[in-house]
Amino acid sequence: MENLERIIAECPFFAGLDHAYLNLVVGCASNVRFEAGSYVFKEGTPADTFYLIREGKVAIEIFAPHRKPIIVSTAGEGEIVGWSWLLPPYVWKFHGHAVQSVRAIALDGKCLRAKCEENHDLGYEILKRVVQIVEHRLDEARFQQVDVYAVQR
Amino acid sequence: MNSAAIALEPMMPQTHSVREVIKETPDTFTLTLQPEDGAGAIGFQPGQFSMLWVFGVGELPISISGDPGKQDRLVYTVRSVGKATNAFVSQKPGAGVGVRGPFGIGWPVDAARGRDLVIVAGGIGLAPLRPVIYHVLSHRTEYGRLVLLYGARSPRDLLYRKELASWARQRDTQVLTTVDYGGLSWRNHVGVVTTLLKYARLRPAQSVAMLCGPEIMMRFVARDLEGHGFGRRQIYLSMERNMKCAVGFCGHCQYGPHFICKDGPVFTYEQIGPMMDKYEL
Repeated sequence: MENLERIIAECPFFAGLDHAYLNLVVGCASNVRFEAGSYVFKEGTPADTFYLIREGKVAIEIFAPHRKPIIVSTAGEGEIVGWSWLLPPYVWKFHGHAVQSVRAIALDGKCLRAKCEENHDLGYEILKRVVQIVEHRLDEARFQQVDVYAVQR
Repeated sequence: MNSAAIALEPMMPQTHSVREVIKETPDTFTLTLQPEDGAGAIGFQPGQFSMLWVFGVGELPISISGDPGKQDRLVYTVRSVGKATNAFVSQKPGAGVGVRGPFGIGWPVDAARGRDLVIVAGGIGLAPLRPVIYHVLSHRTEYGRLVLLYGARSPRDLLYRKELASWARQRDTQVLTTVDYGGLSWRNHVGVVTTLLKYARLRPAQSVAMLCGPEIMMRFVARDLEGHGFGRRQIYLSMERNMKCAVGFCGHCQYGPHFICKDGPVFTYEQIGPMMDKYEL
């Protein structure tokens, strides 16, 4: 558990989090592994977990009928994957596909959600950090949409 | 004609012959040229450009993408996007091409000695930066860490794939590539080039950053580098405008108070940043 606490504390997402809150987070954490090619989560299934990637790469994929899945972004070492656990209806909206062998810390979103409901200070801290991730992803998606390498005519 | 004579006759193209043509991507080619009169090619600084005459078609400003240590040839990587570029990349070995230059102020490879180099390239923007990489790798002990962050539209649009793999194996060198749109066989990053900054081993206080790619990309990267602690004087960008005379006579490439051909194409972000936010420029 001590090791898990150290890893979580060193993750940028949890950096500077009050020690008491960190203990609550560690209580919801466990080590997991995913083989390359396997799915970390699938669209439409309950989003009760989110992941801190320690090693490897997870692709966020959109399923598209009659065509190959579309990879919209990837997340790697030190990054958090998943915020659907925090917002109703708590269902994954995309596939999370391990494109490389992945070692991660799974954080029980349901457990953490309950702790956030009990302790709104913790809830606000977590929410601020999740919003920062959402903001970064939104910026990246907007930039991606510009299609900067396309030929300008 | 020797280099002194060429310096006196900057408007006079020297005939070169195409020695080799390499297809890099479906629309991008690398051509190696050699002087036809048998004289050694003129030396160039990484980041400088030439004006290339495709006889009967027109003239193109193209950055030199070859190894500055190999002075007997000039290498250019060109994306075929119009009549003149298409004519240039369609040249066969043995064909004649006119070359003026090299022109402009290149990357600050001398001023960067002893420091880490953070190179951020997008698409064809890797071509003007490749001479810097060659230079650093052949003078490895004179520089600190080399970090190359490279973004392209898709895996098939990545330039110099074999070299990227070979550079990644060099000591104290980090090479990260990403694509905006990845296929299922792509096992690397997917996302815009700025997303690579979080994986980069950066030491901003002792670094010089060199950026080349679409202007909008450089603006985003420069902004994020500032967020990581880089000062505007530590960030260099290569600008592209409609160069015609290449020596500051005609004014076609004027950008605010600068002529891109003569005062650049490489500028510090401190010099050029304020103008990048202006719509009318």
